[in-house]
Parts: sequence; structure tokens; C-alpha cells
Amino acid sequence: MNQQAKTERIKNIFSSNQMIVIYIIAGMLILIAGINPSAFGPATFIDTGRSMLTMLMFALCEMIVIISGGIDVSFPAFATFCMYATTKLMVTAGIDGVLLSFVIAGAMGLGLGLLNGFLVGTCKIPTLIATLGTSSLIHGALLSFVGVNDITNLPPQMDEVGKQYLFQVQTDAGVSSMSIFIILPIVLCVIVWLLLRYTMLGRSIYAIGGDVNSAQRAGFNVKRTQYFIYMFVGVIVGIGGMTYTLLARNANTTQLMGSEMMVIAAVVIGGARITGGHGNVLGTILGVALINIVSNNLIVMGVPTYWQTFLIGLLIIVGVIITSVKAKRVALAPKI
Amino acid sequence: MSDVFLKVTGIKKSFGGVQALKGVDLEIKKGEVRSLAGENGCGKSTLIKVISGAHSADAGEVVIDGKRYDSLTPMDAICAGIQVIYQDFAVFPNLTVAENIALNYELDTCQKTVNWKEVKEIAQKAMARIGAEIPLDVLVERLSVANKQMVAICRALLNDAKLVIMDEPTTALTAREVARLFDVIRMMQENGIAVMIVTHKLDEVYEIAETLTILRNGEKVAEGPINEFDRPRFIKSMTGRDIEEVFYRPEQNDNKILEVQGISREGAFQDVTFDLYEGDVLGITGLLGSGRGEIGEALFGMAPATSGSIKMGGQEIKIKSVGDAMKNGVGYVPEDRLTEGLFLELPIGTNTIAASVKSYLHGGRLDYKAMNESMWKWIKDLSVAAPSPEPPIKTLSGGNQQKVVLAKWLNTKPRLLILNGPTVGVDIGSKTDIHKILRGLVADGVGVIVISDDLPELIQNCNRVLIMRGGKLAGCFETTDLDETKLSALLSEQA
Repeated sequence: MNQQAKTERIKNIFSSNQMIVIYIIAGMLILIAGINPSAFGPATFIDTGRSMLTMLMFALCEMIVIISGGIDVSFPAFATFCMYATTKLMVTAGIDGVLLSFVIAGAMGLGLGLLNGFLVGTCKIPTLIATLGTSSLIHGALLSFVGVNDITNLPPQMDEVGKQYLFQVQTDAGVSSMSIFIILPIVLCVIVWLLLRYTMLGRSIYAIGGDVNSAQRAGFNVKRTQYFIYMFVGVIVGIGGMTYTLLARNANTTQLMGSEMMVIAAVVIGGARITGGHGNVLGTILGVALINIVSNNLIVMGVPTYWQTFLIGLLIIVGVIITSVKAKRVALAPKI
Repeated sequence: MSDVFLKVTGIKKSFGGVQALKGVDLEIKKGEVRSLAGENGCGKSTLIKVISGAHSADAGEVVIDGKRYDSLTPMDAICAGIQVIYQDFAVFPNLTVAENIALNYELDTCQKTVNWKEVKEIAQKAMARIGAEIPLDVLVERLSVANKQMVAICRALLNDAKLVIMDEPTTALTAREVARLFDVIRMMQENGIAVMIVTHKLDEVYEIAETLTILRNGEKVAEGPINEFDRPRFIKSMTGRDIEEVFYRPEQNDNKILEVQGISREGAFQDVTFDLYEGDVLGITGLLGSGRGEIGEALFGMAPATSGSIKMGGQEIKIKSVGDAMKNGVGYVPEDRLTEGLFLELPIGTNTIAASVKSYLHGGRLDYKAMNESMWKWIKDLSVAAPSPEPPIKTLSGGNQQKVVLAKWLNTKPRLLILNGPTVGVDIGSKTDIHKILRGLVADGVGVIVISDDLPELIQNCNRVLIMRGGKLAGCFETTDLDETKLSALLSEQA
């Protein structure tokens, strides 16, 4: 009996969503190594890590919202607003400071998150509609009231930090450098993991995503949880946006817009169910990694850009089919 | 301390203009198993909500364990030891068994963090109390209904429950699971926990409850030890009318409406042959998985037969899809009206004409006036308890919803109507109404097939009953030769 339970557990681990994504990633890496061995080395990992950086921060936010049974399409607009408005403010006011920029962007994000929290938690508006609205509202406000031109002349400290590296690797092709900002998503992963797994607040996010009525009847404060979710996400999105600016060493109003679909796809590939209640940090990391490995290496392998779009689309569809087939199998499996 | 745990007196509650409770008294002793019975819409659920603090009463008094509450909040009720297990159990499908059980306890003790070891210990202990054995690590979405219920019971007991109210606890359980549930209830009773079971199923009331309270139209109409109630008194109290168990024997003539010759569908049924005459009511029954429902689905084209022939009015027809079936005048009232028969969010009226919208189309335009007339007509003709066709159908009780499903098909003027479980989850009063409607149909020359596992229903309404066993036709019997015992023996007989 115990033995049986153990083998079943091992079987479950090997057929879990995360493992399937790991298989796909492994398959991709073998393929890449086979086609272009020189592209396969420490540099690849560093490049992938760097390109994952902000996307992972956004994906963790999106994951929290999806677990709670919602969907957030407003974060690109929020991130854009926070990074552009913060940069503009600092440039015009002539102040400098990396930490300060994060604080300002995070505070702006908090305020914007409060807006989403109000619409979802108090007004009970479906999350997709609410965030579609705030997305357009905030992006529009940015363009009308704050500005449209790229800001490339960052204050010196902020400009400098983008060139700070944790470590560098010398390869034949050149130098690959790991930005210091890689620490941010790593810390965030740990925080989100602890939050979701070991706090009642985190469990209440799962609970309202599983069944909001049950959560209410069980005595969870659904409204407070929703406010927390959107405000927390707001802060992280603000910081994520600022990171994006510091890395690129310019702030612009368009580049992040439209990235929400890819982020949602990464989260869903990572095993979060779009219907809510399921998802975890490891899966999301893997989902983001997969999408970045594919898009980065296709460039290196010389695959035309439109083929990349096609392949990533294919990957998303396959990934989501696997998730939903598995969910269906669970639903149809004999009940215990 | 007296042995009365809960005492409510003169509870009144109205919603808008409707008075749901008109001064109800109820008393529950410690360790008592009481049944609260009544038809849909009698105020049972409102009363539970008042007791659990979800609704505040307009008037009346709630005394729990000697303490009087002026305005009972849900938290007060929970702290006083009142737990409600709802029909959907209010479990979280995405969380494990252990967490589902322990969650409320942790929430009530205001913990900020989760200690997973403790969660498992709590859950294990709670399950041991009622002798349940469910793997702790499994997600609740994988559990059977019976085990979900056990999880809900474990959770209720953890909150130091002194009164557990169960809303229709046996609806989706098999006979064996019901027996198991009753064992658990007796175990709770031995520990001094009172249980109130809300139901409208008679047999269960007799098996488990000691005392009975019956509500009708927001009033308590009868109360007493269970052995003071015999079947007729129970039904009379619940419905307010004498319901005779009339036997209906339709007069059939020799015109065949439907001839089914050797139809099969792999994995569902094989080689089924029968005829349906004008003025005839044919019953089809069998155990779950015997293929009884699948025959109905095949005739309606949802899961068409793969071989055999079907003739209607002497002409061979092909039924490959629902569209084919409807073209040939076949209507089908599905087993699960909520998911298969109704548009829950849409108005009652829209539901009544949902299957016949095309007939209102004149020259590319919908005749709204005619549609509206039909809606009113059906609400009146079938005495649907609705003020107008406008409210969404989900606001109606099960019996009234089922009448609307019937209306939907009657409005298509069917030649053949197949009803799968026509009175599942319908109260006795509406059941009688629905049977009357069927009789009217038959008198108008419509062929009616009733698929059901409600044996008295079949014996009362059908001329003949087909018995399915393991996908094969096991026999066709005249109901004049049958009674309930004989029929149930035939069902389970080994072929």
C-alpha cells in the first residue's frame, strides 16, 4: 500500500506539468546543440537568463492573478507608465538614484494596483474587462499627459547601473555579461514561493481561485485578498518596469505594450490553469525559460523572425493542449 | 443547562414582497437527529440561512445553547457550534484533502502561516473521528461526491460543531454511500452532536431521523416523532393536498408512432427493438450503465445509433444528429436539466421558445408578439409559478424549471417526446403536475417515452416497461403485471 503510494507519487512527479516543460526544454537544447554546437555554452545560459529577467517578474505577477481566478492584461501599461513617468520625473527634477527610482516606480505601481483592486474587489467587475479598461486608461493617460518621446539621457547613476555585472563569461563569440538585476527576479521567486506556500494569505489566493463562493462561506476575506493581489502585483510591475528601463538604458512608451499575451502563455505553459486555482513558481520559471530559449536561439540559428512567431505560437498551443488534456483526464478519471 | 441546543421562535423573514418565513418555531435537542422537510420554495433554505446567520430574521428569537442572539452573524453561529454542509459542500477542488479539512480551523485560529505537518495531523485526527479514510495528499477534484461530503463533514467537526445542518445530503449518493453517511451521522449523534437533515425524500427521513418538522409556504405545518407520520400524512403535510397514487392506463390504438428495429451503438446498447403506439406511454428502465439513457440520446441524435432502423409513422428515418431528430418531431427532456436542458441565465420565456424560434420567423423577421403570447400561454397552461416570462429561469424551483423544459418541447409540437428522468429533484406537487401534463399529451396522440429509475413513477404512468440490462433489452412487461418489488427484482437479475 505504502509502496504503491510511493510509486504513484514518483509517477506523478514524472508526468507533472513541470516535467513535461523540462522535457520540451531538454529537447530544444539538444536540437540547438545539434544544429549549432558553438551556440551552446555558458553564454547561451547567460543570454537566456538576461532576456528572461523582466518577463519572469511580470510572469510571477500574472501567475498570482491567474491562480486567484483572474487574468491581468494591464501590467504592460502599468509597467510602461511607472518606468516612463519615474524616469521623466527624475530627469526633469534632476534627481538621481537607483533605489529611489525603484521606490517611486513601486509607489506608482501600488497606486495603479489599488485601482485594479477597487474595480475587481469592490466593484466586482470581471478581471479581464477591468484590466482591459485600466490598461487603455493608463497607457492613454501616459501618452496624453506625460509624454511620448523616448528618454535616453538617464541620470548618471541610473545609467551606470545598467552596465553593472554580476559576472562575465569570455567566449569565442565575445563577452557575455550577467546583469546585476538578475537578483531581482530570483528574490521575487523566493518571496512569491513563500507567500503562496506558507502563508494563509497565499492559501487564500488559491482558495478564491478554486471556488470563490466556498471561500466566502469558509470565512476568507475575498475582497481584502483581491486588494492585496492587485496592489502587490502593482508594486512588482512598477519595479519590473523600472528594471526594464535601467537595463535598456532608455524609457519608452511602446516597447512593453503587447507583451501580456506572451507572459500569459508562459504562465499557462508552466501549468497554471486559466480557470484559476492552480499554478506554482517553478512551473512559471520553466514556462518563461522555454519561451525565451526558443526565441533567443532561433535568432542565433538564423531562423527568420516570422518563423519564430509561428513556432512560439505552436509551442503555446501544444503546451496548453497538454495542460488541458491533463486536466480533462483528471476530471474523467475514476474518483477516489 | 437544558438539553435543548437550539430554539428559534416566531422567525419571520421576507424578501421584497414575498414572505418566505411566516413565524416558524423550531427546537433541536443535543444529539438529536431531526429532519426538516418541505417542498421546494417552502422556506427550508431561508430557515437554515437564518439559523446559520447568513440572513437576519425580520422578527423572532434565536437561542443557542441558552444564549439569546439579537442579530446572529455567521461568525456567531460558527462559534456557537452551528455548521452547515451545503449541497455543493463548499470544498476547494484545487486543494488537497488535508488542506480542505484543516483550512477553516487555521482560519478561525487566525494563523498567518501554514505549517504543513500540522495541517496533515489535524486532518488525520478529524478523519479518525468519523472513521473516514481518504488519502490526504489527493486534490479534492479527484474525489467522489461521497468523499467530498466526508471532507466537508470532517471540516465541520473540527470547528467543534454541536449542530450540523446538512442540505439535501443524499441527492447524489449511491445506496451504499447513503448507508455510510448514516453511519457517520449516528456516530456524531453518539458524541452528542445534533444533526438536522434537510430533505424531501421520504424513505431517508424514516431511516435516520428521530423527529420531523415539515414546512409549507413559510409555516411549520407539522412536527413530531417520526413514527407518528405515515406516508400519506407526510405527503399531505408537505403538499397540502391529498395526492392519490393514481394509476394511469393510457388507451393505445394500433397506429404505430415509432418502430425501432435492432438499433445498436458500441459501448452503449445492442440490438434494441421496440414499438411505440399512438396513445401509448412506454417506460424504459435499468440500472445505471444499463444503456437506458443512451437509448433516449440515440433517438434524439445526440449519440446516434450506428446500426438498426428507426421508423416513424411507418416511414424509415435517419437520425444522425439532433437536427435530424427535431426535423422528425422528436423532443427530448434530458436527465440533467441544469446543464443540458436550460439556459439558466436567460428569462423563463426565452427558455420556453428556445427550441422553436424558427417557427416565429416570418420573412426574415422574428414575430415578437407571437413569441410573447406563447410564453404567457405556457406559463399559464403548465401552471409555472412565475409572475411573468421575464425573470431568469434559475430563480425558479426544480419543479417549475422542469415544467419549462417540457414547455420548450411542447412548443415544437412534437410527435414523440422522450423524457429522461422527468421528475428527478422535483417535489411531489410538481411531480403530479408533470404527470398530468404527460397524460394530456398522450391524449393528443403524442408518443411518450419515459426513461426513469423511479419505479413507482413508471408503474403509475406507463403501459409497458422495457428493462435494460448491460446494454441489452432484458424484457418488455405490461405494467398491469408489475409491482415495485417485482420490477426492482427484474432490474438487478443476472442475465
